[in-house]
Amino acid sequence: MTALALTNICKSFGPVEVLKDINLTVEEGEFVVFVGPSGCGKSTLLRVIAGLEDATSGTVEIGGAQVNSVPPAKRGIAMVFQSYALYPHLSVRDNMALGLKQENQPKSVIEARVNKAVQMLDLGAYVDRRPSDLSGGQRQRVAIGRTIVREPKLFLFDEPLSNLDAALRMNTRVEIAELQRTLSATMIYVTHDQTEAMTLADKIVVLRDGRIEQVGSPMELYNNPVNQFVAGFLGSPAMNFLSKAPVSIPENGVIGIRPEYLRPVSGGRIKGRVTHVERLGGDTNLLVKTAQDEALTVRIFGQDDTRVGEAIELDFDDAKAFAFDHEQRRVI
Amino acid sequence: MSIARQNRLNTYAAHGVLILYTLIALFPVFVIIINSFKTRRAIFREPLAMPNSETFSLIGYETVLNQGDFFLYFQNSMIVTVASLFFILLFGAMAAFALAEYRFKGNLMMGLYLALGIMIPIRIGTVAILELMVQTGLVNTLWALILVYTAQGLPLAVFILSEFMRQVSDDLKNAGRIDGLSEYRIFFRLVLPLVRPAMATVAVFNMIPIWNDLWFPLILAPAEEVKTLTLGSQVFIGQFVTDWNAVLSALSLAILPVMALYVIFSRQLIRGITSGAVK
Repeated sequence: MTALALTNICKSFGPVEVLKDINLTVEEGEFVVFVGPSGCGKSTLLRVIAGLEDATSGTVEIGGAQVNSVPPAKRGIAMVFQSYALYPHLSVRDNMALGLKQENQPKSVIEARVNKAVQMLDLGAYVDRRPSDLSGGQRQRVAIGRTIVREPKLFLFDEPLSNLDAALRMNTRVEIAELQRTLSATMIYVTHDQTEAMTLADKIVVLRDGRIEQVGSPMELYNNPVNQFVAGFLGSPAMNFLSKAPVSIPENGVIGIRPEYLRPVSGGRIKGRVTHVERLGGDTNLLVKTAQDEALTVRIFGQDDTRVGEAIELDFDDAKAFAFDHEQRRVI
Repeated sequence: MSIARQNRLNTYAAHGVLILYTLIALFPVFVIIINSFKTRRAIFREPLAMPNSETFSLIGYETVLNQGDFFLYFQNSMIVTVASLFFILLFGAMAAFALAEYRFKGNLMMGLYLALGIMIPIRIGTVAILELMVQTGLVNTLWALILVYTAQGLPLAVFILSEFMRQVSDDLKNAGRIDGLSEYRIFFRLVLPLVRPAMATVAVFNMIPIWNDLWFPLILAPAEEVKTLTLGSQVFIGQFVTDWNAVLSALSLAILPVMALYVIFSRQLIRGITSGAVK
């Protein structure tokens, strides 16, 4: 069943068009990630779904019912915010229970659901504390707990991990993925971090300048991007784009090669010099300046003893390269 | 603050300046209080001397408490000040919330219009205000003063509070909306506690001028039963003879309630529960 359907959504703030004709359907149980550079409208789109902003035109349907004029609390959604947004004057337990109290749920139901969420998120020791007495990771778990108890049709996450440090971010990412599996819930997740998008999503929606560029599973988008923007946005290190190298390049266009498909070969078509080496242990990234003065990244698996300043010859399999025309559209 | 990184001399100099300023600021108050406990002759002979067994006298306080209805004046001042502050804070915060939170046509113009009041003194309109009060029959009531002081205090309150309300996290307000809180509950339960320090600042700024004002009580409410303390004290200041004992005693007494109010608000200033709300 369709959990969410957006039809021709447009949103402008005065003369500025933030969202332009967005069409999207999300199936029940799907984990959908909106990803894009800052200012692409992904958070605004999430707010339109939540009802915190009104769409200028177009319709929002949640669970088959049009909700354009339904207030956020009655849309059957729950949201986790970047800054956690816990109520400072309430304990952890009351933070979670507030939404249910507003729905006039019976006390026994509230208690049961809060206890379940507390157990699920391992917050048992903190239920009577105030948010100010919790660490960042604990606060984010409380914020997630606040959404779980609502048992919403749709979970919305607005960059929930960006305030956490790297190690915690990884753990919480795994927790969110597990949560989605246990609840088999429909989740929409906004992030600017392509790693989060790739690791969490069933379906990625890449946005740029208020438009959807491409929708698909992470591997579809990685292996088959429709344009240069999507190709460059997903993958880390990012795809290399060459316009002057002595290889077959469409007229006025560029050719794109992922860093892992470039390999040092003596007599390779691309000649250059190593300008920097990043040794990560598991793999090594070489930053290369080509003879045509273009910058390249080469990803070598394992450890490599290439030194800065060395001359290098690189080559790639033509079948693994992407070609883009002068309007950045994919041609091969 | 780490002492190790600070120059000791700087610390002493800073404290020296602050102590000096405190002494200068408190000196007039000190002189008023010591002289209120002295005989009339001693006040003029040695104004800076402490009261001793010879010069000690409570005559000023006796005059104040016996003549006129000083407790009534106190009560009037207190009612006017507290009620005005209540309305300034309530309406000021509400207007500030609307300006800071909602996008509507003319938001900026409305904000500028409300801020204009900071620059135009309300006393310019005294004649019009008096006419208005006469027509509405509010002359010689405490309501006349409360309304005027509320109007006088609102512009600065809106200006300061809207600035602070803009800093309250949008996420927190949106979380409230998703949990089904009404806009009123978001305002009273989420936003107001977070801007409490700013509210206390506004309260302190407005409290002193209202308490000390002589102009509007004299014009709008000079009747005996609605006299404020400042106006009531004027009976001791005559054109030819001034009862200094009584004036100084009345002033000393007038400090007390306003100091109590200040202590209440300044505790609010310090008590911030904002930490932990966001980030």
